[in-house]
Order: sequence, then structure tokens, then C-alpha cells
Amino acid sequence: MSSLSPPIKKLWWNEPIHKSELMWITLVFVWGLIMTFMMPYWHVVGKQNLGTETYKTTPKAFQASTEAFVEQYTVRNEGPRNFPVVAPPVGGDVYMLARLWDWWPILELKKGETYRFHLSSLDWQHGFSLQPANINIQVVPNYEHVFTLTPNAAGEYSVICNEYCGLGHHLMIGKILVVE
Amino acid sequence: MINNNFRTCPDTGLKFHEPAEKLIKANAVAAVVFLLTGGLFGLLVGLTRWQAVHLLAADDFYMALTAHGINVLIFWIIFFEIAVLYFCSSVLLGCRLATPKWAWTGFLLMVAGAIMNNVMVLQGGSSVMMTSYVPLEAHPLFYLGLILFAVGALIGCFVFFGTLVIAKAEKTYEGSLPLVTFGAVTAAIIAVFTIVSGAIILLPTFLWSVGLVGEIDALAYRLIWWAFGHSSQQINVAAHVSVWYAIAAIVFGARPLSEKVSRTAFLMYILFLQIASAHHLLVDPGVSSNFKMFNTSYAMYLAVMASMVHGLTVPGSIEAAQRARGHRAGLFTWLRKAPWGNPTFSGMFISLVGFGFLGGITGVVMGAEQINILVHNTLYVPGHFHATVVLGTTLAFMALTYWLVPILFRREIIWKGLARWQPYLFGLGMAGVSLFLMGAGTLGVPRRHWDIGFAATGGVTHEFPAAAYTMLALNGMSVIVAVIGGAAFCLIIVGSLLFGKKLGEEPMAQPCIAKPVTEEEYAADGGSAFAIPGTLALTAVFFVSFALYYFINWKYLAETWGIG
Repeated sequence: MSSLSPPIKKLWWNEPIHKSELMWITLVFVWGLIMTFMMPYWHVVGKQNLGTETYKTTPKAFQASTEAFVEQYTVRNEGPRNFPVVAPPVGGDVYMLARLWDWWPILELKKGETYRFHLSSLDWQHGFSLQPANINIQVVPNYEHVFTLTPNAAGEYSVICNEYCGLGHHLMIGKILVVE
Repeated sequence: MINNNFRTCPDTGLKFHEPAEKLIKANAVAAVVFLLTGGLFGLLVGLTRWQAVHLLAADDFYMALTAHGINVLIFWIIFFEIAVLYFCSSVLLGCRLATPKWAWTGFLLMVAGAIMNNVMVLQGGSSVMMTSYVPLEAHPLFYLGLILFAVGALIGCFVFFGTLVIAKAEKTYEGSLPLVTFGAVTAAIIAVFTIVSGAIILLPTFLWSVGLVGEIDALAYRLIWWAFGHSSQQINVAAHVSVWYAIAAIVFGARPLSEKVSRTAFLMYILFLQIASAHHLLVDPGVSSNFKMFNTSYAMYLAVMASMVHGLTVPGSIEAAQRARGHRAGLFTWLRKAPWGNPTFSGMFISLVGFGFLGGITGVVMGAEQINILVHNTLYVPGHFHATVVLGTTLAFMALTYWLVPILFRREIIWKGLARWQPYLFGLGMAGVSLFLMGAGTLGVPRRHWDIGFAATGGVTHEFPAAAYTMLALNGMSVIVAVIGGAAFCLIIVGSLLFGKKLGEEPMAQPCIAKPVTEEEYAADGGSAFAIPGTLALTAVFFVSFALYYFINWKYLAETWGIG
């Protein structure tokens, strides 16, 4: 009798379990509990827990909010595309929109300060990938995702799109500047 | 008029129902054709990602990537799975296949759907990737092709269930189903759930693409699409684990250590993994942390537990069989004495190790709610699933095919020397692909991206570390090795069907199935065969790697920006 034929004993669920199997099952189960525990534990002690505050929005409404934000806090224009560089007040709300194929505007943030991000897409799905900080967030049209980010080092960061968004996907790159 | 023509295989003693045999052949051959097609697109993708080669233009790259994903991940695997379902029901139970005409209808629908989808993709207007996230839109026939294919596969599942009912009614077997068939049942049940989820999302999307539905909510699409997309990977796991058990029985005459444990582990796949599709939404807006944690911990970890149990019991059953047959010395004599030159065994064992160490560990780690932030949508993700689906599922199916061809087609495998090396070539290449993609992903390289050098962005660029470019180059080289291995498989199989030496109805010189290990053999030496110290040592290594890698990732996470 092998695994290709019916079990020898008709009532296979009455068979004893081998010691080696029991040891492994116990270990694996405890490991599952540890991994289950880690996620709520990190919510308590960890500093990286992506917020889930979300609002229904429309491309038009989100674009209007972002434009108002840009108008209020733009400090200069720069870069090859002459995009506005926006320096919001410390601890304030910041808006960034994703569209084919831009991240708009450029943000200038202060190291160690916490900002309330508002993120949405004007068209298709996009992927907010902040490099080299390795922070990746899905961007979905008609949903405004609100979460906080606290930069921990000064420098120029790139926002790369990592959700395929059509034939210009690889053109979609934006910037976040972090100053001391 | 029911066709009751059976043939008894002179080598295995298995009874082949004529229509079942034809259907298994047709599905397996279609599978190999799509594997070859999808694999060649994979080569183009790999050579484009290698920045120094950068073979394709952007449009062609996205088209090739779409074609690659759909052909290998959906068409190759599901055609083969239908063949496995018919084999596990009709052949293993010695029963006639239920409703062969429906089975042929299903097959034709699958072929028509697969061709329709491919034609749409290759015309270039449907480069939407396998996930086809709305509101990115493909040609209506792109979705219709997938729907036809899914309906065909669903019919295949019901033919399988019908065959089980007939086998029970006509008493073609005694007692419970064989373990391998039991595993196939779990795969088929998950397949029904999967295909229904796919219908719930693809039908409205098709109607939307022809203008009959106004809007598809992008978030709802993601939630339901992944109930389809992830569960389909669960079919693969249930199917390839069944194939592992089957090969352990074929090569070693092994039976499971205990039926109860192995069967419960299969049942846990049904109970827990479908709802774990939420782990694809860990950084999505609008999904609560409680929902994410519940779905990854309760649901996913119990399914992970099932895979880890199989990870012990499959090699454990091989070790017990080998020890019972006299290879008792030391920790690993049983493994050293295994037939490493037999592609059925070597393919299966590489599949087992690759799936566990590369695919399993990384999948669980990135499935933790917070750690996912580090790697979501980077190349880490394709790196992970090339280990699960290609190294795991595809290689296991290749391994089984080497055994199936002679008994189904009554032809010898040609180019035995190449066949002996093929699983190593393919396994090594694919392990490289998996590792180097994950390496690049860890450095932040995005997936589905044509140019990480940003040459066409008008001066706005990002400089990835030089190591990322090295990873992509090494990935390209690994792709070449894997494609040589994959092409060798297709050539050997197709070549054997056409030119292999005809075996006739005489048994082969070399027996192609091991005699089952008897209870007396297992009981010898006080039943010590079941102690399996070698397997326990291997699983200990696995566990330590897993735990270390898991906590290293929490450390990486702690080093990035504060996220709230």
C-alpha cells in the first residue's frame, strides 16, 4: 500500500500520530502563534504601522485639494519639469497626487517631523515606492489614503511608481526632499 | 452508450479508461505548448531587465510580460492540473471517467479561451499584466478569453467530482480515497472557489469593457481578484504536494507516515487559505489593520502550518520507506542512496526544497502586515513566486511528466542523458531567478518596470545601487539557464511523443514503479524506520533559517521612516 492506493486501515483517523510528526506540528503551531503575536505587538511598540484612514473621493476633488495645498505652500519651482516644490508647515497635511505619469508636486519635509500624507490617483492604480527608504504603498483611484510619515534622514528621495500603469509606467518618478 | 474500454498498463498495473487516457494526453500536451510559449516570453523579459542588454522596447516588454504571466501561470499550470485531476480520479481509482463529452467540451473551451486571450495580448492593445487592475482596460476579448478558459476548467473540475461519485457507486476501490487522490480533491474544491471568485470579478469587468457597466470599483476589484488570484496558487500547492506524495510512492513505494496528519494538512488548505488573499492588500487604502492581521495570522498561518507539515511528511515518508528497505545507516544514507539520476525523483526533490526554503519562507515573511511595506510591488514579489510556482509547481509537474510519458504514450523518453540533467538545469536557473529578483527587490527595484535607469524621464532620475544592476544581470543569466532547462524539457517530451522508441504492450526492462513497502518491512527493527532523524535534521535547518530571516526583516523595518 502506498500513497497511490486507499489507506490500509479504513478508519485512518484513529491511527496514532508518530512522535516526529507531533514534535514538528507543535513547533510549527507555536511558531505560528509567535508570528501572529508579532503584528499586534508591533502596533504597540513599533514605529512603522501604515495608517488605514481612508475617504472616498473623486479625481476632481482630490486634484482641487492638492492644487490648493500647492498654491498655499509652494516655495520655488525646480527640476527638469519645473515642478513646484512645496514646503508644508511642520506636522501639517501634505498632498501628493499620482497621475499618468507623474507624482505631483515635489515635497520638502523636515527630518524628524511628522506629516499627514494624503495620497490618491487621478486615473489608474499606481504604486508609491519611496526610495531608498523602501516604503511601498498602493494608490487607488477614488480613495484618499491618509497616513503619517516621519523622515529619519536628510536627502533627496525618489517616488517611483511600482504598480504597472500602462505604457509610460517607467516614466513615472517624483521627488521628496528631506532637509535638516 | 458508455465507453467501457479499459487498458491495463503492463508496467504499473494501473487501469486506463480510453477516454480518460486521451483527455489526459490532450491536456498534458496543451500544457506543454503553453509552457513553451510562456517560457520564451519569460526569456525576453529577463533579457530586457538585464540593463546592459535591455532587449525589448518598452511597449514590447509590457506585452511580453503580460503574455509570460498568463501563459505560464494560468494556461500551462491549469491544463496540467486538469490532466492530474483525471489521472488521480479515473486512473488511480480504476474507474471510467464521467461524461467524456463534457470533458472534451471543457478542453475545447480552455483551448479557445487561451488562444483568444493570447491573440488579444499579442496584438498589443491588452498589455495589462496578468492582474489587469481596473481602470486600466484591455480589449473585451482579453477578458472573454479568460472567462471561457475558466468555464472550461470548471467543467473539468466537475468531471473529476463526477468520476469520484461513479467510482464510489461502482465500488472500483475499497475504503477511503488514496492520499494522492484526496489531495487532488482539495485542489479541485479550491479550484471551484477560485473560478467562482474569478467569475464574480471578470464577468462585470468584461461587461464594463464593452460599455454595459459604468464603473468597477478599483478596490473591490483588488479584493475579489485576489480571492481568485491567490486561491489559484493554492490549487497549485495542493496539486503539487499531491504530486510529491505520488512521486514518493512511485519511486520509493512510500506511504505517508500517518494518513491522519497528511490528510488533515490538505484539509487545512481548504479551510484557511482562500480568505488569506488579503495579504495582497496589506498596503492598500480602506482595509483595516484588524482585517489584515486576522487574515494573515488566523487564515494564512494555519495554511502555512499545513505546508510545513507536508514539508516534514513528504521527505519523512521517503526516509521511512528507504530505511525500511535497508538504508538505515546514519542521518542521510537514505537520501544519498536516492536515485538522483532519475529526473522524476530529482525534479520532485528540488521542487520540495526550493518551494520550502525560497518560496515558503519569503512568502510568510512578506505576508506580515508591517513587513509588507518594505517589499510590496518590488521585484521581491516575482522573486518569491518564481520559487513557489516555478520551482515548486512547474518542476514537480515536469518530474511527474517524465514518468507519465512512457506509461501513457507507450514510448520511451528520448535523450536520457539530457533528461537526467534537465531538473538540475531548470532548478538551478530558477533558484537564481528567484534569489536575484528578491535581491533586487530588497534594494527597492520596482516590479513590471522597463527601465530602472530612467533614461527617458527627461532628467528626473533615481540611482539604484550598483548591486541592483548586478542582481538584474545575474537574473538575466539565470533566466538563460532556466530557459535552456525548460526548453530541454519541452523538446524531450515532444520528441519522445514523436520519436521515442515504441514500448508496445510488453513491460519495460527497468520497472518504472517501486513495489509498495510492506507493513512487514516497515515493522522490521522495531519500526525504527519511522524515527526519520534525517528529515528532522533538515526541518531543523529550515526552521532556524525561517526564524532568523523573519526577525532580520523586522530589524530592517525598524530602520526606515516612521509610518503611522
